[in-house]
Amino acid sequence: MVELSGNLLYASFILYLIGTFFFGGAIRDKKGALEKKQNKWAVIAIGLTILGFVAQLGYFITRWVASGHAPVSNLFEFTTFFGMMLVAAFILIYFIYKTPALGLFALPIALLIIAYASMFPREISPLIPALQSDWLHIHVTTAATGQAVLSISFVAAILYLVKSVDQTRRSKKTAWLEVIMFAMVATIGFVIITSTFSAIDYKANFKWVNKYDEEAVFEYHLPALIGPHEGELMTEGKMEPFVKMPAIIDANKANTVVWSLFSGLILYVLIRLLFRKRVAAIFKPLVKNVNLDLVDEISYRSILIGFPIFTLGALIFAMIWAQIAWTRFWGWDPKEVWALITWLFYAAFLHLRLSKGWQGEKSAWLAVVGFAIIMFNLIVVNLILAGLHSYA
Amino acid sequence: MKEVVNCVCGHVNPHGTILCESCGRVLDETQKDSKMIDMRYEGSARRSQTYNKSIIDKIWNFFSSVKVGVSLIVILLIASSVGTIFPQEQYIPPTELPEVFYEKEYGFSGKLYYLLGFHNLYSSWWYLICIAMLGTSLLIASIDRVVPLYRSLKKQKVSRHDGFLKKQRIFGITKTDQQDIEFAELKKILESRRYKIKEENGNLLAEKGRFARWGPYVNHAGLIIVLIAGMLRFLPGMYVDEVLWLREGETKGIPGTDGRYALKNNQFKVEIYDKKNKEDQTFNAAIDKVGTIVKNYQADVTLYEKEGNTLPGEEAKFKKVKDHSIKVNNPLKHDHYALYQVDFKLDELSEMSFNLMNKNTKETFGMITISLDDPKTMYKLKDGYSVELLSYFPDFEFDENQEPVTKSPIPNNPAFIFNMKTPDKPEGEVSFVAIQQTLEPLGENTYKMAFAGVDTRNVTALTVRKDLTLWIFFLGGAIFMIGVIQGAYWNHRRIWIQRKDGEIWLAGHTNKNWHGLKRDISMTLEGTNIDEPEDQLEPKNLGELEK
Amino acid sequence: MDKKQRRLIMRTSILVLLGAALVFSLYANFTKEKVAAVQKGEMARDFVLTDMDGNTHKLSDYKGQGVFLNFWGTWCKPCEYEMPYMDKQYQKYKDQGVQILAVNVGESNYSVKKFVEKHYLTFPIMIDKNKQVQTAYKIDPLPVTFLIDKNGKIIDKLTGSLSEESIQKHMERIKP
Repeated sequence: MVELSGNLLYASFILYLIGTFFFGGAIRDKKGALEKKQNKWAVIAIGLTILGFVAQLGYFITRWVASGHAPVSNLFEFTTFFGMMLVAAFILIYFIYKTPALGLFALPIALLIIAYASMFPREISPLIPALQSDWLHIHVTTAATGQAVLSISFVAAILYLVKSVDQTRRSKKTAWLEVIMFAMVATIGFVIITSTFSAIDYKANFKWVNKYDEEAVFEYHLPALIGPHEGELMTEGKMEPFVKMPAIIDANKANTVVWSLFSGLILYVLIRLLFRKRVAAIFKPLVKNVNLDLVDEISYRSILIGFPIFTLGALIFAMIWAQIAWTRFWGWDPKEVWALITWLFYAAFLHLRLSKGWQGEKSAWLAVVGFAIIMFNLIVVNLILAGLHSYA
Repeated sequence: MKEVVNCVCGHVNPHGTILCESCGRVLDETQKDSKMIDMRYEGSARRSQTYNKSIIDKIWNFFSSVKVGVSLIVILLIASSVGTIFPQEQYIPPTELPEVFYEKEYGFSGKLYYLLGFHNLYSSWWYLICIAMLGTSLLIASIDRVVPLYRSLKKQKVSRHDGFLKKQRIFGITKTDQQDIEFAELKKILESRRYKIKEENGNLLAEKGRFARWGPYVNHAGLIIVLIAGMLRFLPGMYVDEVLWLREGETKGIPGTDGRYALKNNQFKVEIYDKKNKEDQTFNAAIDKVGTIVKNYQADVTLYEKEGNTLPGEEAKFKKVKDHSIKVNNPLKHDHYALYQVDFKLDELSEMSFNLMNKNTKETFGMITISLDDPKTMYKLKDGYSVELLSYFPDFEFDENQEPVTKSPIPNNPAFIFNMKTPDKPEGEVSFVAIQQTLEPLGENTYKMAFAGVDTRNVTALTVRKDLTLWIFFLGGAIFMIGVIQGAYWNHRRIWIQRKDGEIWLAGHTNKNWHGLKRDISMTLEGTNIDEPEDQLEPKNLGELEK
Repeated sequence: MDKKQRRLIMRTSILVLLGAALVFSLYANFTKEKVAAVQKGEMARDFVLTDMDGNTHKLSDYKGQGVFLNFWGTWCKPCEYEMPYMDKQYQKYKDQGVQILAVNVGESNYSVKKFVEKHYLTFPIMIDKNKQVQTAYKIDPLPVTFLIDKNGKIIDKLTGSLSEESIQKHMERIKP
């Protein structure tokens, strides 16, 4: 069952990947870009996406059966579920607006998220007492669904910005757009580097002195560019670090971050050299048939759909469960605070849009910031900020 | 300042009105030249904009502004994120002093964090003031908008001014000589699409989902209720938060219940996932990797209630209320109180046993068992042998004068001074006995107290909680959800259809989701002879070139 | 009343209400720890405890006398320091209508007895075995002393170790 589950996830990944290319084909055809009539490419593309979603749903159900609890209990499971709901939200929006261009950006982002998820331990882990509640399923799935729908607004915003930002001259806008592109490239870099070194089973142990002046051991799974405080390599024949960190910094995590940025930078420079264009400019011709006004509406609409779901899952259900498991419904735990921050941000977005008339490009940049906050929740809050929710 | 604005249609509008409440004619000069009109709040006069005289009006108008509201949200958002950089004081280990902890753990930035008071950010005065200001803004901005909006939606007329129609985003003109037939047909279709139809002078207004417009005000009301609930929590008696440490076998009064309830801990246990259990074998890989994974923390308790009125300290009669197994996610609930499993201590010492032994011959003369909660002064053994307990230190350490003292009354590290009386040493021999340590302060002894075993028990820590404000929070949350769904999932759509000579004018407006409105209109017009209206924001209508 | 005036009154009252709510919240937030504890000025909660000699002491029976109500533990150094001073003052004031009641926070008879013997204490010492009295008085750090006047009102709450001088001063305060 566990094996079947893994294969289904793998199949869905491949299907999304192929689906992306078909969406690419769909928008090259002028006919397909218009919303009313879909061309053949688009029909195949959305068909593949749905098939992929069904496969991933199969992964989810079989893993649930195998483990006896909804597979949303660790970082791998949560992140893949988030990716799955992102695809689901895309399918929903696709059937409302029939815009293949959205798929061209939504599927790669879902792929990146699922790939990122796979870098974390994938064993089926049992539930600790705090997680043994039906509210685990209810709270986590609703919160992830809300975040996924909100993320669609980012996908639409990227589409908007790629089309609307003037690439003929350098500006702040092109620079920020490149930052977004770089973040995605760096994620690819992280995935490539991590899976390469895990394939060759790289392990290097370091003896180091922690902030309490005690000796400790770090196991590195990537060659150490950055070593721990007074670190001493204990595994023979492995790389010595270039610099050593002070004791209060987790050198192992810092090393992973540096590797991701570094490999991302190499990839990014390669792409720039190859195309002799900004990355966003490479995509620009693909979106020439996109109706900006429609994309803006998709972005806004997905926030309107996602905001209530997010509130329900990440705040209300979360509070009900916290009252049962942790004795109080609100305790200013970092994850709770970041759920509140996400909520406040989208509330501000809605007010700016409704009352200040921030539409179009301004609204698109805001959607990008919103997604950055969601990603901060997923990555930084889970792995770095200490708290009750910590997966680290 | 003019108090009222008269429209040519005869309607008298309050000062500050942009569009006549009745016919929709553009009253605000600055709006007359724009291609489309601003339909927010129906162009009604927001009260805050009307009067700006006294200081009260100025404060009022400040809080009524959306700009101020959004700024407050952003300030709160940034402040909240600062509080997550390092853990808040409540999450640092209870044994640590905050003034030491932050610097030790996070260096200079930690020290700064502590000095700026960010370790208690969410209960700081400035954070509370920000929340209060946001609450004020929620209330005032809502009052200021909902009243005029309600008025203008209620007063709206079917026949609208030409300019009003022309400047709608969706607008189209169809030439026809069969107005009556078309109108009857349209009316039928729109009704079947669940539009409410109003007719006047042969013109039509089809409207649907007006209640979506109240969504924002409903959800703001919910939020205000939540804030009120937060405030009520400060009232005495509304909120109890206590901790109860309870040893196995022990019965104690439950703090916060004023002596009314007592709890007995029958058993406390910790279970872990075990590869030997069949149902746990799915998790073998994870168990191998992580090691010990806890499956269950459970305190089996009995709840008692006092009968009659007694004073604290007075012997009282208790009657059993119920048995319960308190687990994480399964608190014991009774009479607004809830008891939660939050912490524990395994294997606390409860009894220690020693043999009185001759050091040379290893011959023993009987065993004494000391209850660490209630030790006795004298332990008699067989004829002529006895052990006197001279001193007892439940949590022993040496103080600065190298005197044995106890750090606490909890038997974490018990130590004893015995006087062993035997027939050959009737005065007794003094021995100091601690865990893995024996001292003979008054010279070499013949006898010793040989360690013979311990008995332990587990201790559970329970949080005692009463929160009478919960239902108010829940009510506020529910109202917020209703409001936010009402505002987000429904749209207020209006279609005006008017006859001019030989023409049918059609205009449409929605507060959001224009795609849906356009689809509604095009499905309505399908099969009629009326042309589909244009979206005046479409690029081709704006005259923009595709890049 | 015209419309404008009515509006002004409504706005003023809403703002005043909100302002009051803010002041209340801030005040309550900063006094929440103090509110939780028993404060001076309150009436002392009545209780009944039995001392080491088996005599029962009910606080309300001491109406008309001052009561020096002390909570302590044998492991608590500051408690230990003040005990001999308390005993000296007890000798002086017991005939002047001041009673000392020293409540141990629930240790074993053995420990308390040894402690009493060590310091030759003569005032009534009682053990609050099931911790009901300390819960009623919300005792946290030790030692704590409540000065209770002849009417049963707590006139002061003293935390930390007391010197002989200050004990004498406090005895004067509750002397009837």
